[in-house]
Order: sequence, then C-alpha cells, then structure tokens
Amino acid sequence: MKKPELENSDILGAHSRRAFLKGLGTAAVTAAAAQTQAIAAELEKVNAEKVVGPGAVPVTLKVNGQTLKLDLEPRVTLLDALRNYSSLTGAKEGCDRAACGACTVLMDDLPIYSCQKLAIEAQGHEITTVEGLAKDGKLSAVQQAFVDRDALQCGYCTPGFIMSVTALLKWNAKPTVEEAIHACSGNLCRCGTHPHILQAVAQASGAEVTSKTEVING
Amino acid sequence: MASWPTETKYISHATKRVDGPVKVTGRARYASDIQADGWLYGMILRSKWPAAKISDINLDKALQVPGIKAALKAREGEFTVRFYGEELAAVCGTTKQACLDALRAIEVKAQPLPFVVREDDAKKDGAPVVWEGQPNISPGRPNSRGDVDKAFGECDAVIEGFYTTPIQIHHPMETHGSTTSWTDDGVTSWASTQAISAVRNNLAGALQLDQSKVRVLTEFMGGGFGAKLDNSLDTVLAAKLSRQAKAPVRMMLTRFDNALAVGNRPSTFQKIKIGAKADGTLHAFEMENYGTAGINGGANIPAPYIYAVPNTRVNQFTVRVNAGASRAFRAPSHPPASACMEAAMDDLAAKLGIDPLEFRLKNDANAVRQREYKIGVEKFGWKEKYKKPGSSPGIVKTGIGCAGAAWPAGGASRQTQGEAQINPDGSIEFRLGVQDIGTGTKTVIAVVAAEMLGLKPEQISVKVGDTHFPPGPGSGGSTTCASVSPTVFDICTKALEQLQTQSGIADARGDNWFAACKKLGVTPLTVHGQWQQGDQARPLSSSPAYGVQFAEVAVDTETGLVTVKKIVAVHDCGLIVDTLTLESQINGGIIMGMGYALYEERVMDDLSGVVLNPNFETYKLSGIADVPDIQLVLLNMPERGVIGIGEPATVPTAAAIGNAVFNAIGARVGSMPITPAKVLAALGKVPAAVKA
Repeated sequence: MKKPELENSDILGAHSRRAFLKGLGTAAVTAAAAQTQAIAAELEKVNAEKVVGPGAVPVTLKVNGQTLKLDLEPRVTLLDALRNYSSLTGAKEGCDRAACGACTVLMDDLPIYSCQKLAIEAQGHEITTVEGLAKDGKLSAVQQAFVDRDALQCGYCTPGFIMSVTALLKWNAKPTVEEAIHACSGNLCRCGTHPHILQAVAQASGAEVTSKTEVING
Repeated sequence: MASWPTETKYISHATKRVDGPVKVTGRARYASDIQADGWLYGMILRSKWPAAKISDINLDKALQVPGIKAALKAREGEFTVRFYGEELAAVCGTTKQACLDALRAIEVKAQPLPFVVREDDAKKDGAPVVWEGQPNISPGRPNSRGDVDKAFGECDAVIEGFYTTPIQIHHPMETHGSTTSWTDDGVTSWASTQAISAVRNNLAGALQLDQSKVRVLTEFMGGGFGAKLDNSLDTVLAAKLSRQAKAPVRMMLTRFDNALAVGNRPSTFQKIKIGAKADGTLHAFEMENYGTAGINGGANIPAPYIYAVPNTRVNQFTVRVNAGASRAFRAPSHPPASACMEAAMDDLAAKLGIDPLEFRLKNDANAVRQREYKIGVEKFGWKEKYKKPGSSPGIVKTGIGCAGAAWPAGGASRQTQGEAQINPDGSIEFRLGVQDIGTGTKTVIAVVAAEMLGLKPEQISVKVGDTHFPPGPGSGGSTTCASVSPTVFDICTKALEQLQTQSGIADARGDNWFAACKKLGVTPLTVHGQWQQGDQARPLSSSPAYGVQFAEVAVDTETGLVTVKKIVAVHDCGLIVDTLTLESQINGGIIMGMGYALYEERVMDDLSGVVLNPNFETYKLSGIADVPDIQLVLLNMPERGVIGIGEPATVPTAAAIGNAVFNAIGARVGSMPITPAKVLAALGKVPAAVKA
C-alpha cells in the first residue's frame, strides 16, 4: 500500500490552501485576500459553502467499521464526539489543543489529533480508535507488544501512543529507532515510559529487543 | 514463619501488568471516561486577577444559556481571590459548548488588588501582602551545630554558591477531576485521585454528610505524582452541581486549570557555603534558603542533604506569593535538596582538585550508597570517562556527573487492610481500598497472591479503588507496594489456613487449589487480612531506600543546548516484587528528573500576575526524543522485605545532570532548569538574564 501524499491531501486538514483559509478567522482571511486576487476568488468559493449550525446538525461518522449517527453542534470535535456522544472513550483528552497526542486516532490510516478535527470534517473518512485494533478478542501486535514490554504505566497516554505506532508500522513495517522516535514525537507521557515504548515498537516490528537492566541479587 | 519464600516463581520475576490488556484496548475506564446515566458536563470559572476582592458574581445570564442545568458560586458572599486561576464559580450543562458559553456569561464584580508573584519581590519591605496582616516571609527556623565560623577558618577550601530550583508542575496526563453524583442516597464520586479514603472523608466534611454516605471509586486514574493526594474543590463543586441539577456531573479540569490551581513543587533559592579539609573531609556548611509554595505550604528542604558535616548552620524561609499553592510532588523537598547540595559538592571538589566521585565516597557514610557507587562506577565507566571540568575539547563538549539519593519513607502504612473472596469454583478476588496510580499496584497484589497460593497471576482477580473495600493508604510516600504486599501475604496465609481446615486438604496450594475450593460447597470463603511486620530478621517490608545515578551529557557551546546521552541508575529495591513494573517506575523517575534539570519551570509574569506557560506547548515535558540511553542496576535484597522505589528514583537525576554539565563546560549553571540561555550566560557568551 502506498502512503497518501500529505502535501496534496486534505486529510490532515492543514496542508491545503483551502483548508488553511477555512481555518483562519474572517479578519485574517480578508487581510490576506486583499493581497491577491487568486486568494480572493478562493475565499469566495469557501464562503459559498453551506453554513451549518450553530444548533445541532446530523453527523455521520464511520468509526472502527461501524456507522455512528449523531446530532452535534458543528463546533464539537471528533474527540468529543467519540468520548461524549458514544461509548468510545479510548481516545483521551490531555490538552485539547494538539500538544499531547493522547487523543490520537487514525483517519484513513493516518494518525491525527482528534481534538483538532471537527466531527463534521471527519465525515466520509474511516476513523480507527484504539478500540478498533483488537480483532476477535485478540490484541494487535502493537497492543500485545505494549503489554509484553510494560510500555505503559498509568495508561492514559497509551491509546495515543498505540495509534501513532500502529500508523507507523502500517506504512513502515521495519522502522529504525529514529523513525520510531519521530513517529512518537507528537505524544507525551508523564509517567516516563518511553524506553519501554521503544522496546514495544521493536517487538511489534520484529526487531531485536534490547534491555540493559541488570538485577543483582543479595 | 512470617517471611517471604526464598524460592519464588513470580516474586522478583517479570510479570506483565495485569491490567495491561484493558489499558491497551481502551476498555479501562478512567474518571474522565465515566458516562453515568444522564451525566452533565461541568466547568469552572477561574479568576483572571492575581488578587482581587470579589463583591458579586451574577449567574443569571449563565443559567439562561441553552443546555445549562445548574450554576453556583465557588464561595458565598464577598471574598478575596489570591491567585490567577482561583475558583470563582462553576456550571454544568448538557454539552461542553454550553458550559463554555455559560462561563463567558457569568458577570463578576471585582476590585483588583495589588499582587506580587516573584519571590524576591515578595520579600521586599512594602511588597503587597498575600494574606492580610501577615508578612509574606515566614519566620526563619535557624538550626545550627558546632562552631561554624571557626570551622570555616579551619577549612583548606571553601566555596560559596547561589543555586536555585524552579517551580515544577505535576501535569499528570489525566487532569484532576471526577464524575460525581449526589442523590438522596448519598454521593458517589468516580475521582481521579491517589487517595480515595481522604477524598471520601474530605468530601463528606465539605458536604456535611456522613462518611458512610459518600463512596469514592478510582478503578483507573491517569497519574498524579502527589498532586492528587489532596481533595480538590472541583470535586466539591461537582457534587453541589449534581445536587442542583439532579444528574451526575463530569468535572474534569482543563490543562490550563491544571497548571494554575492544583499544586506544584516549590521553588528554592539556596545560598550555600561549604568547606573541606585538604584531604577532602567536609568540615563546615552554611545555607540560607528561601522559596515559594505560592499562597500556601512550605519550601523547606533537608540540608546538607545526605552528608554528615560536623559544623552546620541552616536557615530557611517560605515566601508567599500570589500563585497557586504547592502540593506534595514525587519525593517532596528531595530533588531540590539534592540538586543544590550535590552541585555545591562538585564545585568544592573542583576547588580541591579531587574527583567528585572520590569526594562522595569519602564523605557519604551510607553503606548502601557506597556499594551502589562502586557498582555504578564500573557500569558507567566513570574512570575511563572522567576528565577535569572544562577540559573537554571542541564545540560540543561532553561531561559526566553523579549524585546520591535517600528516601526515608518508602515503608508501609501499618493500617492497610484487605480481603479475598474464594469461590467454590476456585476463582478468587482480592479487594483492597488502595489505588493503582500507574505504579502497578494491582499487579503487585496478583503476583504476591499467585506466589502464596501456588496459582498464576492471571488467575487472581484484583479490585482496588473503592471506599467500600477494606481501607488502605493514599498512594504517597512510595508506601503502597510495602503496604499491600504484606497485607496480601496475611490474607493468603489466613485463607490457606481456613481452606485447609474446611476442606481437610493438608496443602491447598497449587494443584490442590481447585479440589480444596470445591469442598467449600455453595458458600464462598471470605478472608480479611492486614499488614504484618513479619519476622524481625527478615521483615515483610521495610524502609528507607537509597540510590545513586550517573549522567553523561553533551553540551553545544555555540547553542547552549544540553543533550543527555546516558544515565546509569543503581537503586536498592528491597525484595523486588515485579521487575517489569519496577523498571518502568525507575525509568519514569529518571525522565521526570531530567525534565526538572533541563526543561520544566512555571513562568509567571510579574506585571500581570498570570502564569505564562499553562499548557504543554510552553511548559516543556521530556519527550521521547529527549530520553537518553538508560541503564538500570537493581539490587534485589529479599532480606529487607518490600520497599518503595517510585520517589527515590527521581531524586538524584537532576543533580547528576547538572554536575555533568559543569564537568563538560567548566562553569556552573546554578539555576535549574539548565536552559540554553543559561548555559551561554555561564560561558560568558550572552549576558545573564535580569531575573534571579
């Protein structure tokens, strides 16, 4: 499978000019628009789109292969839609502003911060949460590696790390340590479980797992 | 005989965390995941003033926001707020968005008051006072031994230094909070806490309810590090809102709230003078320390920390400022004590021209740490790596440092109790009123029970975090493991005695377990147990704990960036219960200590009185790319019984890193966190910041 080209994709919401314009406040967009006609034309197109809300609107999400039909205010994030309007509380809220990664889910197999994606924007995409990884009660290789290597303590950041590592291995079955670190750099862990997380990535990708811990008896 | 078995199948081996599978699948329900029937979202309005007289709070418009079910004031009548972020009012409603709208609609009449947020400013005459009628600075507590002035005259080398440590914020990944329901039957609170019993008692007190009417549940919680030992006002507000709205209220703090109002580690400003004889024997020590714990709490530390100096004079003050109060933080008072004393030790060693490791071995009387240093020296390769401070060549300089720790607690809470229910089908459930804050308490219970009963850990069902269970301690002081292990030992001992008596099977363990249980007929056996000391010579649990750590760093002298390359940590662990979760805890202590050394600091603006970095973009935690190569050496000492390790593991890290930086560049960065700007200032490449 080929990894989608982020630059040309709207998937991450932040990489296309159209999405960028949508994300700006009107004043900022107006100022930008004054600079070039091209942007002004694009702005007109964006503004021509249907305005939804402020009241609740029907939202249909596809999560872990299941269809979720919800009524949500348009400003409800994907994270809040999962946590507060369904029983899928696996994705966690740690900061609600794209800094900690506890809310990481997959959207079309790419990891995103679900606290920074509006639920209405996630429509039409395949969402995978940590609850969707185990098949028939069997943990995924990544989940099993996290258990085996004790790559968790309080466990609150764990679903986010697992989603980041799952996405990494989907596109890069044999990552280097540096690639594993890069993939997890958007996730914070306050318990300090990082060395075991890297061991878990190694185990899940079939690499050699090294531990330098030594127990001296007596 | 009440002592641990000498041949073990699970104790001191690696058992996987028993709640690992529910945590990796998202099935573990934390306080913030509870979806009680008809639950409402709760939020708190906080003061935007660092100090103000609040004359009126009008909730009318907030109550008109669609979806809002209740609103209340944090306090009745006129009152004074003393820090930015103090609670003013709270609302609950059907959506988070409704609550956000309602908070904006609350009208507050406030008269701003003068405030002070910097320690040095608060000490000055005429500074705004944090508490009316009380000086900002506490009376000092002078403490001296020997003739210090004479002793300094007898020293061959004396150094003086000013060493400071920052205010560190706990920032567990799950913020503080609860889902709380108050009905006519009483209060149920699913709280993210380290101390269910304390929360139960405090909540009952605040709501004027019988303690028997309040139940606190904490099956899973997302970290605390000391901050969640205290009962927070948010739980009380959630209960009151629930009463008004007639529905459960989920009141989780925002990350911003968490940085303002639920605790931190106090700062310290330590002026240290220390002297030694030419042979390296410490002879005189003097320290004056002040620090702030915000509006409340103390900032005193043990000094001269782990060293015995015959002549000492110590005076310490706590300074009040308009900022959130301190709370217990992983090994309270020890990391700042270690960071500064160990820095002074290395500065003095440099003046004496002695290897700082040799200097420690000469002055540290503790036999356990002596052994740990000797082991660590070999593992780390100290002798091969050591060079004189500042002698590393090139632009990126390398350096090494070491430091020691002591944690006097780590023993048991002797009141710990628990029970087990053994069913006729052989299934068994342990119930203890403790919490698993991520340390692996449930796993410890399962490992000990499996060992004692001859079963497998996965055959043991473990329930914790419920005030309806027999009481246990709050998870603080590194006491939980040493509290629950002997308690489970006692339960198992009694269970086997009773089961063997009832079943007539002489040894009900292992292969005989199911046959023995079957003979119970239809009635399960319930057994109550409590913490036991065990044999004096081989106790079931003990304290204290010690440890030493070695750090290797690289310092870029052009950018000032410090990179930690390697940490070797040697810790005595008493009887190791589970090596896997033990490793995790020590790794975590080291990584948190690294953050303390290099990244973490609450920054306040003295002009506006606000916290400038109340989020994870600006308050920096160690990330995965920062984590060095960590090598652990764990001393398994079964004769000592079970001890706690969570806190000692974080004590010496910052000191070892600070000393490694000094060794690399030959200049002391006396102020933690050791940021690039401070490194460059120490090298004379940029002016030092104006702020102390």
